[in-house]
Amino acid sequence: MLSIKNLHASIEGTPILRGINLEIKAGEVHAIMGPNGSGKSTLASVLAGREEYEVTDGEVIFNGKDLLEYSPEDRAREGVFLAFQYPVEIPGVSSTNFLRTAVNQVREYRGLDPLDAVKFLTLMKEKMKLVEIDQKLLSRSLNEGFSGGEKKRNEIFQMAMLEPKLSILDETDSGLDIDALKIVSNGVNQLKSKDNATIVVTHYQRLLDYIVPDYVHVLYKGRIVKSGTKELALELEEKGYDWIKEAVDSEATV
Amino acid sequence: MSTLTKQTKIGSLIDFPAKGFEAARSQAKEAFEIQGLPGTKTEEYKFTAITKKLEQQLNDVTMAEPFEVTPDMVNSNLFKGFDGDVLVFANGHFQANVSSQIEGIEISLLSNNSDTPIGKIAKPEKDVFCAINQATFTGGLFISIPKKIQLEKTILFMNFTKISAGQVIQPRIWIEAGDFAEATFIEQAINLTDVTFFVNKVVEIKGGHNTHLHYYRLQNEGSNAIEVSNIETDIQQDSTFSSVVISLSGEMVRNNLSLNLLGSNSEGNMYGLYLLNGKTHVDNHTNVDHTIPHAESNELYKGILADHSRGVFNGKIFVRQDAQKTNAFQQNNNILLSEDAVVNTKPQLEIWADDVKCSHGCTTGQLDEEALFYLQTRGIGKQQAKGLLLYAFAGEVLEHIKHEAFKTYCTQLVEDRLGAKL
Repeated sequence: MLSIKNLHASIEGTPILRGINLEIKAGEVHAIMGPNGSGKSTLASVLAGREEYEVTDGEVIFNGKDLLEYSPEDRAREGVFLAFQYPVEIPGVSSTNFLRTAVNQVREYRGLDPLDAVKFLTLMKEKMKLVEIDQKLLSRSLNEGFSGGEKKRNEIFQMAMLEPKLSILDETDSGLDIDALKIVSNGVNQLKSKDNATIVVTHYQRLLDYIVPDYVHVLYKGRIVKSGTKELALELEEKGYDWIKEAVDSEATV
Repeated sequence: MSTLTKQTKIGSLIDFPAKGFEAARSQAKEAFEIQGLPGTKTEEYKFTAITKKLEQQLNDVTMAEPFEVTPDMVNSNLFKGFDGDVLVFANGHFQANVSSQIEGIEISLLSNNSDTPIGKIAKPEKDVFCAINQATFTGGLFISIPKKIQLEKTILFMNFTKISAGQVIQPRIWIEAGDFAEATFIEQAINLTDVTFFVNKVVEIKGGHNTHLHYYRLQNEGSNAIEVSNIETDIQQDSTFSSVVISLSGEMVRNNLSLNLLGSNSEGNMYGLYLLNGKTHVDNHTNVDHTIPHAESNELYKGILADHSRGVFNGKIFVRQDAQKTNAFQQNNNILLSEDAVVNTKPQLEIWADDVKCSHGCTTGQLDEEALFYLQTRGIGKQQAKGLLLYAFAGEVLEHIKHEAFKTYCTQLVEDRLGAKL
């Protein structure tokens, strides 16, 4: 589904990603872990098309298409979804109108008829249950005055509405209490299928107790320095990142 | 005295022979002589070089005559859903034959009401264009709403413009509303020509006790309009006055809006939205004078500026020593869509009372890039995402239009502008 080869990206001339290689198949869950500043969020942003980052080398092929050639909105329409680490508050834009516009633009791109108001509301009610989000929240402006947990739930709710093929969850667990974490994870797990894939970007292993990954990759200094299964996450939880940092840094000095 | 007076084309207007109101006219001429036309150093017109603009754009300055307006012209220009009364003006002159007959209120030419104290609310000493209008207007309108009359139907001022180059239109309206009267007014302009013209308008509104008035203006008469308006109202005890001004086009527009809070428990609200493109220049000068305790004023002006447009906001709040327990709020927010667009914003608060709540704030920035990216990652196209964000910004002002059909009409105009290229 997704094939990242030798991806290099920088911001304002500073290289952040220095050669990422990653293969993801439909039905898989990949966790990307790593210490702060290792480039995890940058990778998520580059995949979603954030303009501040300049891709200086490498390629990203998504379902046979050169993803880097697409605008952020077309990536979304092709099936890439980024759950933001810091979801944006947008006063004056109602959550419901926003979602209806989004869903129908995505449908149009995929050659489907737009949903009328009734069908849209039916779909919304169905998906709301997944993340136990309150109708009242959705009648307000998008994310405005939402608590941290409400914002993250709203991200997963939007993901459910847009039915992406590749979901990238950027630190979706950060700042969540255990109840909220369970609700969010439960939503993500219910949306998983053999046809879609998930990238979970996180600093902590805790989330991976609930969203169980098939593969775990450790990102450090803009490269994937270690890959393994979910046991690797447990090892990181126990030992921290220092042993990986030391291994990489000593290798570099050799 | 300014050097720019009668030697200028626009200044030569002051000698135009207008009948009636002799005392008020000579007082206005005196005020004109003292003030002169604003030059580059005139503080109140620092950012709006109106004299220069008028000299450049107007050739032979003459007063525009009325022309025939047909019922068809009126009907075809009514916005959808409007079911109120229409008062029609042709080049500023009231046209009774195509206007609605409104029962229960008095409507006649100002010249038939020669004891009307014109210039007592919008004083000629305060603004030179106000003085020019007072000295030389013809064909003004007098409206009197007796006490306890609550007009269920909105009054629409439909202003038709059809002129040859360089002509000047000087509408003048006096509105008085008795105790407990309620009314809503909408101003709309329809321009039938494609030459530059100058509108110099004065509206004076005298309220009674417990009167409740709404005054809405839509400025959308195209890029040929140079306009100065002076709208001023006295607000008495237990009364409210709310103004919403939507400015969508014009060559150079200067709106002077002044509210005088003269009785306790009164409230004055001023809202404005300006969406500017091309070389449009819109200047909103507002003034609220808190003279008594326990009054409230609210003000919100928002602007979106594209291309080479220029916006000016100047908001004066004056809280006099006696005006304890005043609540006065003012906010001006701007979004610049182009590097060549400019906005000058200046809050001016003068507070002499010590037990008041006053706040003001102004912001000028670009469209929120992070919000734009967020919407894009949800599959919303960039242009539409921009439109959504800008509309959300503008919508806060439109919410203050309480006339549903007019609100829908303005919303449509704003959406059309923001959805496509601003």
